[in-house]
Amino acid sequence: MVGTMQLDLPYALTAEVTHRCPLHCPYCSNPIELRQRENELSTDEWLSVLTQAGDLGVAQVHFTGGEPLLRQDLEVLVHCAREAELYVNLITSGIGLTEERLRQLSEAGINSVQLSVQASSAKLADSIAGFNSHELKRQAAQRIRASGLPLHMNVVLHRANLHQIEEIIELCVEWGAQRLELANAQYYGWALRNVQQLLPRREQLQEAEAAYVRARERFRNQIELLWILPDYYEEFPKPCIGGWGRLSLTVAPDGRVLPCTAASEIRSLSFENVKERELSWIWKHSPSFNAFRGSDWMPEPCKSCERRELDYGGCRCQAFLLTGDARTADPVCKWSPHRYAITDRIRSIENIDDHAPAPVYSYRGR
Amino acid sequence: MSAVKLSDRPSLRSPGLMKYDKARQTELLLLPERVVELNDTAGAILRLCDGQRTVTQLIEELETVYVQTGLGDDIVAFISSAAERGWLELCN
Repeated sequence: MVGTMQLDLPYALTAEVTHRCPLHCPYCSNPIELRQRENELSTDEWLSVLTQAGDLGVAQVHFTGGEPLLRQDLEVLVHCAREAELYVNLITSGIGLTEERLRQLSEAGINSVQLSVQASSAKLADSIAGFNSHELKRQAAQRIRASGLPLHMNVVLHRANLHQIEEIIELCVEWGAQRLELANAQYYGWALRNVQQLLPRREQLQEAEAAYVRARERFRNQIELLWILPDYYEEFPKPCIGGWGRLSLTVAPDGRVLPCTAASEIRSLSFENVKERELSWIWKHSPSFNAFRGSDWMPEPCKSCERRELDYGGCRCQAFLLTGDARTADPVCKWSPHRYAITDRIRSIENIDDHAPAPVYSYRGR
Repeated sequence: MSAVKLSDRPSLRSPGLMKYDKARQTELLLLPERVVELNDTAGAILRLCDGQRTVTQLIEELETVYVQTGLGDDIVAFISSAAERGWLELCN
């Protein structure tokens, strides 16, 4: 396929430096099979990945995990990324972000920090995270602001916290965030395992969206709000990360190179490892990165669909997880023959009472 | 529209960064969640937005570099739209 079409270069690298995390969020985007510490890339291996990424055209690196602060060599990696002229963003739970650690990261050249929050009240937030983290996050936000670094925040929205959306936005404004991602849960990995506990009802979602619109008006000049669509309630799927192997890549803790963070769950593909191959070769020539580039791979109804250049048939990971075939249309699509995989799930939670007892989650990593 | 004054000293809004990308041979504007690929003129203008130069000085410099006159309106329009998008801050 390559050679007959223009090959884009990746703009962004998601560096999942570890799967270890003090939190146990039931919607974690990490795969069910978490990689152990002993399988993590060494410092030198990461340094090589970052340099290679810069040479390949990557302009931005997002250090994430798990909790990236659990890597004691994070400062060294940040420094190297800045040497490679990459913009460095740290995505963190905030746990372990002491004043000293933040100073070191700042000196290493970090450009921005994205801090997660689970809910507006400590009680709910801590029960979602499976760890008493809310107060530590508040302190982390304070330190980030005091250091002069821009603070961005994110919250994953689901049945148990959607009703708090306005309070969550208020909290993030109060903590000094310049930007907040309101990310409706996406059902992969741990979130798919917990979908019965996480998926909101349509009315609940509509109320939350209305609250978001009100808050956007109210805080217009104070915080940038981003609403990430709950795709189960859409008619058409979200575009596969701007196109499979087009804009970005992910390196998993063990060195496997993935087109997106959820891709390791596609069992029908095998992913190359930076321990064995150059990053540039993997991007350009690996079967996994070429599997869904362009549109030649598409079966119907995508092949002849006028939306195929808009959404690329939707999410390959979701297609695989819900149908067992990564090539098929994303079941979110109203034209997908597997749309029932979504509607059945929605129907099964339709009658759940908002005031039902707290759901019992399968906590990540427990 | 943001009203740009000729005495303003525009600068990249933190934490935005400029980068010349060797792989693509183009100027990039790096923002926290986004990368903007700039055309040559946009890149040249943003490179001069250092919080020191006034808009007037910036126009003079670019007219010298490009050996052209009458670029002022286009430059002001670009600076105004860049400020609008949150790429630039207009400091007095």
